[in-house]
Amino acid sequence: MRIDPARLNASEQLRRSTRQRRAKMLVWHAIIYAVMISLACVFMLPIFWMASTSLKLPRELMAWPPEWIPSNPQWGNYAEAFGKYPLARYMLNSAILVIANIVGALLSAPVIAYGFARFNFPFKNVLFILMLSMMMVPGHIKLIPLYVLYLRLDLIDTYWPLILPAYFGSPFFIFLMTQFMRTIPRELDDAARIDGAGPWSILYRIIIPLCRPALTVVVVFTFLWTWNDFLEPIIFLRDYDSFPISVGLAFFQGRYSIEWHLFMGATLVSIIPILVVYFFAQRHLIGGLAAIGIKG
Amino acid sequence: MTPQERRDAKTGYLALSPWMVGFVIFYAFPIIATIYFSFNEWTLAEPPIWVGLDNYARMFTRDPLFVSSLRATTLFVIISLPTKLVLGLMLALLLNLKIPGMNAFRTIFFIPAVISGVAVSLMWIWFLNPDTGVVNTLLSYFGIRGPLWFWDLHWALPSVAIMSIWKVGGAAIIYLAGLQNIPAQLYEAAEIDGASKWGRFWRITLPLLTPTLFFQLIIELIDAFKIFTEAYVITHGGPLKSTYFFLYYFYEEAFRNANMGYASALALFLLVVILSATVFVVRTSKGWVYYEN
Repeated sequence: MRIDPARLNASEQLRRSTRQRRAKMLVWHAIIYAVMISLACVFMLPIFWMASTSLKLPRELMAWPPEWIPSNPQWGNYAEAFGKYPLARYMLNSAILVIANIVGALLSAPVIAYGFARFNFPFKNVLFILMLSMMMVPGHIKLIPLYVLYLRLDLIDTYWPLILPAYFGSPFFIFLMTQFMRTIPRELDDAARIDGAGPWSILYRIIIPLCRPALTVVVVFTFLWTWNDFLEPIIFLRDYDSFPISVGLAFFQGRYSIEWHLFMGATLVSIIPILVVYFFAQRHLIGGLAAIGIKG
Repeated sequence: MTPQERRDAKTGYLALSPWMVGFVIFYAFPIIATIYFSFNEWTLAEPPIWVGLDNYARMFTRDPLFVSSLRATTLFVIISLPTKLVLGLMLALLLNLKIPGMNAFRTIFFIPAVISGVAVSLMWIWFLNPDTGVVNTLLSYFGIRGPLWFWDLHWALPSVAIMSIWKVGGAAIIYLAGLQNIPAQLYEAAEIDGASKWGRFWRITLPLLTPTLFFQLIIELIDAFKIFTEAYVITHGGPLKSTYFFLYYFYEEAFRNANMGYASALALFLLVVILSATVFVVRTSKGWVYYEN
C-alpha cells in the first residue's frame, strides 16, 4: 500500500496546528488561573487576616513587620474567647431565632402560595400585586409604629417581635413559592381529587413534597437573614443576655477595649454556621436568587 | 358562581388569610401610622401633639444633620453603586469562562456576600487599622504611608464604600445566572458572521444581560440607601458626621432621642427618596433594557 505524500503532509499539518492550538489554550488557561487566584487572594485577605490574628499572642498583634502566619499558633485563644465573651449564649440565642423563623416561614409561605397558585377568587390579582409591592417597601418605615405597638403589648425585650412576622408570610417567599407551584402540573391535583382528596391533603400530600427545591431556598435564606439581622434586634431587645450573636459582638466592640486576638476569633466563630450552611446549600441559594432575578 | 367556584374561592381566601392579617398588622398599620406620626411631636412620655407640617419645615429649612446625613448617603450611593455594577459584571464574565475548577472560585467570591454586616464590619476595622492593618502594611512595603481609613475625615466614607464593594460577588452571581441563560446559538451564529469577541460582547452579551442588570440595579439601589450597620458598628457616623448615613440618623432620632414624630418624617422622606430613585430607574429602563418579544 502506498501512502500519498500530499496526504501525509496534510495530516502532519493538522497535527501541528492542533498542537499549536493546545499550547495556546494552555497559556490562556494559565493566564486566567493566575488572574483568578490573585483576585481570590485579594478577596480573602480580610478573612485570612482575621484568622491569622485569632491565633496570635497579644504582643504579636503590634509586631512590625507583622507575621502573616503565626509561627506559634495559639489555639487556646478560642477557649479564652468563649470564656471572655458569652459567645455560646449569643449563638444559642441566634439559633433559637433562626429555628423559630424557619418554622414560621415553612408554615406560612406554602399555604399562602397555594392560594395564589391554585385557586380563583375575586381580587386575586389585586392582592397578588399588593403583596409584590410590599417587597419594595423598605423595612425602616415600619419600625416606629411596630416599636410602639410592641411597647403597648409589653413585648419589647422578648423574641416575639423578631419571630411573629415570619408566621404571616414574607412577600419574597410567597412569590417564590407561587412561581414554583405554578410549574407543578395541575393534572396531579386532579388525579388526587378524583381519588377523593380535599384541597389541604392535596397541598400536603402532593404539592409540598414536590416543592423541595423552593422550600430549601426558603430555609437557607431565612437562616442567613435571621442570623445576620441587626437593626431589628437592637431596637426590640434590651437585655444583654438575650442578644443574638450579631448584636452581641457589636455590643462588645462598642463598649470595651478590645483584645483583638480574642475578638477576631469570636468573629470568625460567629460566621462559621453561615459558612457551613452556605457550602452545603450554595447550589440552591444561587438557583433561588437566579430564579427571582430572571423571572422577577 | 357554581358551587365548585364558591368552594374554590373559600379555600383560596382561607389560604391567603395569614397574609391578609399580616398585611394589616405588619404593613398597612405601620405605614399609615408613620404618616400620621410625622405630623406630630411625640417623645413617647406624653401623648402626641399635632404640629402639622412643622417636622417637614424643620427638616428642609433648619436641620444641618438632615443635610449632612443626606449628603453622606447620596455620596455613598454614587460611589458604591456604579462601581459595584461594573466590577460585578467584570467578575461575572471571568467566572463564566469555561475552565475546570471555576466552581471553587465562584464559592470564594460569593463568601463576602453571605457574611453578616456586623462580622464584616468588625473584620474590616482590624483589616484597615492604620497601624497594624494589612492594607497599610502592604502599602508600607512600597514606601507609601496609608491613610487613617475609617478614622480620617476624607477617607471614612470611601472606606465604607470599599467595604461594600468587597461584597460584589453577590451581584456577580446574579449576573452569572443571567449570562448562562444567553443561548449559545447566538454566539455561534455571530462567530459564523465573523463578529469579533468585542463585537459579540457589545451586540449579544450586554443587550441580553440588561434585564438582569436592571433587576440588580434596583435591588442594590434600595440596599445602598439603607446603609446602617457599618455606621453603627465602625464609625458611629464620624469623623465629623462624614459617615452619618440617613438611616443611622433616623435610628438615633427615634430610638436614642425618642423623637418619634420627627423620626417618622425622616423615615417617610427616605421612603420617598428610595421610591423616586426606583421609579426613575424604571422609567429610563425602557430606553436601555432589552426584552424579547
